[in-house]
Formats: sequence, structure tokens, C-alpha cells
Amino acid sequence: MSYRHNSRRRTLISGLNLAVALVIVGLMLVPLYWAVVTSLKTLHQTFATPTALFPPTPTFAAYSQVVHTQGGSLLTSFIIAVGATLVSVLISVPAAYALANFRFRVTWLVTLSLLVAQTIPGIVLGTSFFKIFAGLHLLNSYLGLIIADSTYCVPFSILVVRAFMIGLPRELLEAARVDGATLLGSLLRIVIPLSRPAILTAALFSFLFAWGDFLFALTLSTSNTVEPMTLSIYSYMGQYTSQWPELMAAAVFAAVPSAILLILVQQGIKGGMATAGLKG
Amino acid sequence: MPDALEMAATHTGELASSAKPERGDRARGPRRLFRGRVLFLLPAVIYLLALFAYPIVYGILLSVRQSSVITFVHNTGGFVGLTNYKMAVTNPLLPSVVWNTAIFMVGSIVMQFSIGFLIALFFTRRFPLSGFLRSLILVPWLLPGVVTGIILRMMFDPNIGMVNQVLSNLGLIHSPIEWFANTHLALLVIVLANIWIGIPFNMLLLHGGLQDIPHELYEAARVDGAGRLRTFRSITLPVMRPVIAVVLVLGFIYTLKAFDIVMIMTGGGPMNATQLLSTWAYTLSFYNLDFGQGAAVGTIMMAISLVCAVAYVRTYRGELRS
Repeated sequence: MSYRHNSRRRTLISGLNLAVALVIVGLMLVPLYWAVVTSLKTLHQTFATPTALFPPTPTFAAYSQVVHTQGGSLLTSFIIAVGATLVSVLISVPAAYALANFRFRVTWLVTLSLLVAQTIPGIVLGTSFFKIFAGLHLLNSYLGLIIADSTYCVPFSILVVRAFMIGLPRELLEAARVDGATLLGSLLRIVIPLSRPAILTAALFSFLFAWGDFLFALTLSTSNTVEPMTLSIYSYMGQYTSQWPELMAAAVFAAVPSAILLILVQQGIKGGMATAGLKG
Repeated sequence: MPDALEMAATHTGELASSAKPERGDRARGPRRLFRGRVLFLLPAVIYLLALFAYPIVYGILLSVRQSSVITFVHNTGGFVGLTNYKMAVTNPLLPSVVWNTAIFMVGSIVMQFSIGFLIALFFTRRFPLSGFLRSLILVPWLLPGVVTGIILRMMFDPNIGMVNQVLSNLGLIHSPIEWFANTHLALLVIVLANIWIGIPFNMLLLHGGLQDIPHELYEAARVDGAGRLRTFRSITLPVMRPVIAVVLVLGFIYTLKAFDIVMIMTGGGPMNATQLLSTWAYTLSFYNLDFGQGAAVGTIMMAISLVCAVAYVRTYRGELRS
């Protein structure tokens, strides 16, 4: 190609790049496509060879079946995730405010503890929680799972919100103090409204972590009285090994919060994510 | 499950800054104000003590106490020193669990880092929809582990799985492969699954690092006549060192913790071929009801993680100073 057609050449290259990117994304998302296709098939169709790449007669039977058999578990997961998110926000926002604005002698120690807390293997906490909660009658309970799941969220939320609050102009707080605002007043009226993107990001991820929890659901249950969706998929899989359409429909339901989070990240929250979540 | 750790990945930087001399707030504010300030932090401190410090200490105590079905009920095991550790270390399963964990971790980290880096490099190019497509790659990382596990379990199912189908269409196999019945293949499958989950997170952090490299550096290299490979070796890699260190350490901690996908896909089988330290600790405590030994394995895992975390904090702070 001649260099006289520089712009055409550039278009061609960016077209090629786009094509390669589509292939990469396609390869990464094949399993998801396959999950959706399978969820729309009948059990019989899943066993057909060669396997159909599209559902031959798309049916939502598997979905209504899942709503029927696992709707309760989806609700249980939702309640637990909302509870853990509330706990997380209530504890982490004031803590982030304090860590970002006040210098205590223990500030560094608390921050270090938050980092270390995230490295603790879940099974260590799960085993101890099992023993401790057994004594407190918190096994097989909503409250127990909310408390346990919140351990995924609190350290993370404090760090994310704190990082954002550190970036806020100090003059705002100084001005508020001059105007006679109390510490609580400036938190509620100035800092929280300004930190909304970071708080929202922390809350969304908290919800997602608690929603997806499997380890605590597994270790802190001795019966199926309180059965989150992850645990019910697990036991359903054990009982009906090859009910793939229903298992995939359940997987699709369980994936909904992830999809919502991704869409929200696309819209606007991105700014908060970039500054709060991913950059120091 | 996507782990919180990655997101807080780069907060260690602030750790260094928080150790800076105090900005004089405390000196300026009267004692009364200071007391008010503590109240904002207090709930979080109590939370950390109750739900991290106490369970961790409890777990360590569990690992040095006698454990049996009787103590399981009554919780009154006596002190037995390092007996549980000795039992874990001499457990006939230990060598294979350690081996599996090592293969799982090295395979996962090397592959997810390499592939993640290549994709990150690719996405530094400018073309339409690149931001949107890049965010779609994050999906596997945002999915609950159970969802990932069950979907990939189906992909590798000998009867209806797409993997066997594709391999046989390509003429590579003539009869279906029983992925979960063969000890080597089962381990391979969980490694592949973990790579799939790990690629997005590696790509995300590495891409962020690549974006931060000043363009002038590349310009200068081009003026000096450096080729692509040379530019990568002499500019990209050295500048990216801190980010690479963070990504690898987080990958290590995260992979050591992996639990959900293994439980869902293989449950540690066949014949413990995919039993990792994390699933083994679970099995010892909750199947064998040997909480002492399970806690010992958990404590060992925690120590490994901690050493790694300390190394990470120190390297990162060193990089910042230089």
C-alpha cells in the first residue's frame, strides 16, 4: 500500500485491530454464550450431537423451573447481600473519613490491618466462624451470613472510600470548620455528597461479593433452612448432575448482579472506579 | 469470586504516605475534639478486632488443641502443642496436596499474567470500541465463582461439553475425553478455569500501568532508533516493574485462596487429584471433623500469605522511594 493513502491505511489498521479485539472478547466470552444457549434448550436438545450452536426451539422452561425451585434462594441471597452492604457502608464511610482526614497514632496500623485482612484465606475465617457462631446460635441464620459476608466488603470499602476522600480538597473541610460545622456535620453535608461515586462503587462491589459468597454459605450451614443461591446451585448440581438447562438458567440468574455492575461501570461510575478503586 | 484485594491493589502507595509526619491536625485540635474523632474510627476498629483478629487467634488456638468428635461438640480440647501440625505434615496426602497447589498456582499465575499482559498491550492501540470491548473482558472476573465453576464444568462435560465437541470436530480426538475422571486432566481443567478468571484482573491492572507510561519515553526511544522489542525491554518492562510486582503478588495471594471453582468443578477429586491447600483445610475440618488439623493447614496458608504480603508492602514502598 502506498503512503499516499495514509488515512485509508490507518482506517484499515484500526479495522484490523477491531477485528482482533472482537476475536479476543469472543474467546473470553464463549463460556457465557454457551451458558445462555444451553439455558434456552430442552434437556433433550443438550444431548444432541452435533450440538446446536443456537437453541433450535428457544424455551424459557428452564428459567420458570428455576424461579419455582430456587426463587427462595435468590431472595435469600438478595437479603444477605443487602444486609452485608449496609453493614459495610455504615462502618466504612465514617472510618474512611477518619483515616483520610485525621492523623491518629494508629492510622498506619489500621491501614496496614486492612491490607493484611484481605490476604487472610476465607477458609481460615470460615472455620473459626463456624466454631464461634455455633456458640452464638448464628449458624443457619441470616444474621450470621450477613456478618460473615461483610468481611469481604468492609476492608475493601474503607480503602476505596478513603482513597477518594484523600483526594478531596482540604480547604472545603477547613471552610466548613470556620463556618462552625461539626465533624459529623461536615461528613454528612460535604464529604458524603462529594464522595458519592466512591461510596456507590464500594457498595456495589460489596453487594456483589456477598451475593457471590459460597465459602461462608457452605461452612456456616448445617441445614438448608437459610440457603443462598450459591449453595442451592451447588446442592442442585449434586442431585441432578445433568440438568444442564436448569443449572445454566440458575447461573444466568446468579450472574445478573455482575451484569448490572458492569453496565453501571460503563455509565459514569467509571470516574469513581478509576480514582477510587484502581488508582492509588 | 472476584476478590476485593485486586481492587484495593494499589492502596499500598498510600500506606507509605500515611506514614509521613503528621500534618498537625492533632496538635491544633483540642483534646475534646480528638475524642470525637476517635468515634468515627472506633466501629471499624472493633469490627476488625471482632471479625478478623479474634477469628485468626481462635484459628491458631484451634490448631494447637486436641480435636475429636467429642471436642467438636463440647469445644474443650486440651493443649497439644504442635501435634496437629505434625499430623498435617506427615499426612500421606500432604505431598500431593502441596504438589497440586504448586502446579495450580504456577500454572495459573504464569498464564494469566502472560495472556493478560498481551491483551493489555494490545488494548493500548487506538481503535473504535476499544474501551467497551476491554470492559467486556472483565466479565469472567466479576462473575461469582460458583457461576464460573458450573459453566466451565459444563464446557468440559464429557457428554455435552463444547470442548470435546470442538476437539473432535478438529479431528484431534476420536472418543470423548473424560476430563474429570483423569487425575492429570482434572488438575489441568481447574488451572484453565482459574486462568480464565485471572486474565481480566491481570489485564486491568497492567493496562492501567501501561496507560501511565509517559508518551515521551516512547518518542525518545524511536528517535534513538530502538525497535519494538528493544523498546519493550528497555522502557516498558523497567517502568512497569512496580505494577508487575503488585500484579504478581496479588495473583499469588488470590490463587492461594482459590476455593469456589475447585469445590464446584471437582470437589478436590478424582482421588484428591485436585485437592489444594484451601479445599484440603475445608475437608479436614468439615468432612473428617478434625478441626485441629484443618486449622493447622489454614494457619500454614495464612503464614504463606502473610510472608507474601509483607514482601509486597516492602517492595512497593521501596519502589516508591527510589
